[in-house]
Amino acid sequence: MLEKLLDGPKTFYMWLLFLLVVIAGCGLVYLDQLYNGLSVTGLSRDVSWGLYISQFTYFVGVAASAVMLVLPTYFHHYKKFKRMIIFGEFMAVAAVVMCALFIVVDLGQPQRMLNVMLHPSPNSVMFYDMMVLIGYLGLNIIIGWVTLEAERHEIDPPKWIKPLIYLSILWAFSIHTVTAFLYAGIPGRHYWLTAIMAARFLSSAFCSGPAILLLLMMVLRRLTSFDPGKEAVKTLTTIIVYAMCINVFFYLLEIFTAFYSGIPGHEEPIHFLFFGHEGHLTWVSYWMWGAVIMAFASLALLIPPKMRENANVLPIALIMLVLASWIDKGLGLLVAGFTPNMFEAFTPYMPSAKEIAVALGVYAIGALVLSLLWKIALGVKMEVNHMHD
Amino acid sequence: MNKSRRSFLKVAGFSAFALTSGMAALSGVAQAQIAPGKYERAANALHAKRWGMVIDTRQFKGPEDYKPLIQACHSFHNVPHIPDNQDIKWLWLDSYAHVFPDDMNAHLNTHTRESMYPLLCNHCTNPPCVRVCPTQATYKMDDGIVAMDYHRCIGCRFCMAGCPYGARSFNFKDPRKFLANPVPNPEYPTRMIGVVEKCTFCAERLAVGQMPACVEAANGKILFGDLEDPNSTVRQALATNYSIRRKPSLGTQPGVYYLI
Amino acid sequence: MYNAKAVIVGIVIFVALFTSPFWLSMMGQDYKSTGIELPKGEKECIEDVQFMRDQHMRLLNEWRDEALRKENRVYVATSGKKWNISLQNTCLKCHSNYKEFCEKCHTANGVDPYCWTCHIIPQGSK
Repeated sequence: MLEKLLDGPKTFYMWLLFLLVVIAGCGLVYLDQLYNGLSVTGLSRDVSWGLYISQFTYFVGVAASAVMLVLPTYFHHYKKFKRMIIFGEFMAVAAVVMCALFIVVDLGQPQRMLNVMLHPSPNSVMFYDMMVLIGYLGLNIIIGWVTLEAERHEIDPPKWIKPLIYLSILWAFSIHTVTAFLYAGIPGRHYWLTAIMAARFLSSAFCSGPAILLLLMMVLRRLTSFDPGKEAVKTLTTIIVYAMCINVFFYLLEIFTAFYSGIPGHEEPIHFLFFGHEGHLTWVSYWMWGAVIMAFASLALLIPPKMRENANVLPIALIMLVLASWIDKGLGLLVAGFTPNMFEAFTPYMPSAKEIAVALGVYAIGALVLSLLWKIALGVKMEVNHMHD
Repeated sequence: MNKSRRSFLKVAGFSAFALTSGMAALSGVAQAQIAPGKYERAANALHAKRWGMVIDTRQFKGPEDYKPLIQACHSFHNVPHIPDNQDIKWLWLDSYAHVFPDDMNAHLNTHTRESMYPLLCNHCTNPPCVRVCPTQATYKMDDGIVAMDYHRCIGCRFCMAGCPYGARSFNFKDPRKFLANPVPNPEYPTRMIGVVEKCTFCAERLAVGQMPACVEAANGKILFGDLEDPNSTVRQALATNYSIRRKPSLGTQPGVYYLI
Repeated sequence: MYNAKAVIVGIVIFVALFTSPFWLSMMGQDYKSTGIELPKGEKECIEDVQFMRDQHMRLLNEWRDEALRKENRVYVATSGKKWNISLQNTCLKCHSNYKEFCEKCHTANGVDPYCWTCHIIPQGSK
C-alpha cells in the first residue's frame, strides 16, 4: 500500500517538504541542546520538568482517544464510524511517535535511554509507561494496516485481528492511566497527588483527541473528496460533549476539595495558577483564565444540538475545546505541579525559545507521520470507491 | 492463509518465545564474575545497620557557622558553584518556613523563625526517588544510604519530581566549566552534563573509615551514627533531646534529625 | 536458475569481500603494537597482561558495580594482593601518562570511552 504515497498532488509534496524544512531547522536547535545540555531550556533545579513532559502527557491522551472510535465500532457494532476509524488509529500512531520523541528530547543523557530496558525496574511507573506505549504503538500499526489492507481487497479482516482490537481498547485506557500514575503517585507534589488524576486525564483525552480528529477530518474534507459521513460526525460530537462535561466536572471537584478543605498544600497550586503569587499574575494565569473562558464557551456552543450541528459553529467550538484542554494539561499541569516548589517557595518557569523550537520540531515530525499514514489510508479509500463508481 | 505459511508462523512464534524466555531465564541468574580475584570490604570501613544524622542546630550561632561545613562538602565532592537557578547543591541553607513548612506558625519565636537551617539528602527509609527511578541509577544500600550511580543515570529527572525535599540537582550545564582547574579534590571525580546528583552521606569516606566531610567539619555539632544501635551517639542524642524531621507526614522516614 | 552465471559470480564476489579481513590478516604483517608506554618502575598490574588487555573495560564495569552498589571497595587479586577499587586513585596512579597509555590504544582501536568527563586525568598528561 506504500505506493499510495507516490501519486499525490503537488501540494501534498510541498507540504511534506515544508515539514521537512521545519524538522531540519528545529533539529539544529536540538543539536544545540545536545551539546549545551538542558541549560538551553527554561527549566531549573526547582522546576525540573516543563514543556517537553507536558506535551508528552497531552499526546498520550490524543493517542488513547482513538478508542472513542474503536469502542463504539467493535463493542457496539456502530457501523457509521467504519469509514473514519482508520484515521483515528493512524492518528494514534503519530501521537505515540510524538510521545516517544518528547521523552527523548527531555532526557539529559539520551544515548543511555536503553538503560530502561537493560535494567528493568518494575517499581518505576516510567518503566510501565514505556512498555504500554510501545505496545500501543505496535497494536495500532498492526490493526490499522491489516484492516486497511482487508478494506482494499474488499474482504473481511482476518479473524485473528479481533482479539487484538479488543486488547487495544483496554490498552488505550491503560496508557493514559499509567501516564497519570507518573504524577499521582508522587508524595509531596500537592497538585498531582490526587486519585482523580487518571480519571481527569482520560476525560480530557476523550474530548480533546476526538476534537482534534474531527478538525483534521474537516480539513481533509476541504482538500479532498473524502467525507467521514454526517451521522458519524454527529455521534462523535456527542461523545466529545459528554467527555468535556465530565472533564470540567472533574476539575471543579478538585477545586472544591482544595478550597473547602482549606488545606494550604491543596489550595496553593490552584491559587497560583489563577491568581499568581502575592497579587502578581504570572503569564500562566492569563492562559488559565483563557482556558476557563474557552472551556465554558465551547460547552455553550456544543451542548445545544442545534448549535453543534451547525457546520459553521462546530469547528469554532472544537478549536476552543482543544485549546482549553491543551492549556490545562499542556501547561497548567506541569507549572502547578512545581509551583510552589518543595520548599513552599515560588520559582518561575517559562519555556525558552529554544525549548519551544524543539517542541515544534516534534510536532512537525508528528504531522509528517500523520500526513504519510493518512495519505495511504485516503489512497486506499479512493481506490475502493472508484471501483464502485 | 495457506498451510506452509501457517506452519512457518507457528515455528517462528515458538522459536521467538523460546528465545525470549531463555533470555529472561538467563537474566535472572547472577552474571558470572569477570575478575579472577575476590571482592571484599576494606578492613577499616565503618559499618551501620542504618546510618543517620542528628544536626544540633542550637549550637550553630548563625549562617556563618555552617559555611565551613558547606565548604568542606562541596570542595571534597567537587560540587560546582553555578550562579543561577540551574545550580547544584548537596548541602545548603534555608529558612525555617522553607525547611519545615508544616511546622511553621506566625508566632514562632524570632530566633527559631529567622535562623537558617542546613539541608541535605535525607537518605529516607522509603525513598520516593528510588521508587520512581526507571533504571535503578539511584538505589538504597543495606546500610540505609540512598546512593547514585551516575554512569547509569539517563537524566529523566523523575527522581527530582519525586523527592519531597528538593535534595536533588540536575547537571543542566557541564559542571567542569564551573570548577577550578585542577579541581578542588583530584581524588574524587566530577559529574558530567545531563545526570542528577545529590549528597551521598559520604559513603566513599565511610568505606575508608572516615566520618562524612560535614560531620568532621562540624566539630561535634553534627552527630553521625547507627540509628539501629541504642548505644550510638545519635540514638543517645535523640533519646535526650527534642528532635524534628522534615515533612514526616509523607511517610518517607528521613534519616536526618534536627535538634531545634 | 535464472541468470545463473551472474548470480554465481555475484555470490563469489560477495563471499570474497565479506571474508576479506580474514584473508588480509593471513597475508598481512603481524599484529602491530600500538607503542603504548607502560608505567616505569612498575612490574605488575593487578592481573596478568593478557587479562588486563582483553578485559579491563569489563573489569572496570564490575569494579563500579561492586564498589557503588555492594560497598565492596577492595579487590583481592589472584596473587593475593589487595587493591583499592578506584579508577582514579588506583589505576591512574600507576598509569599516570594518559596520552601515551590510555589514549594511544583507544585511538588505535577506534574507541572513545567517556570515563574522563567525570574521572580526572592525572595532571601534566593532558
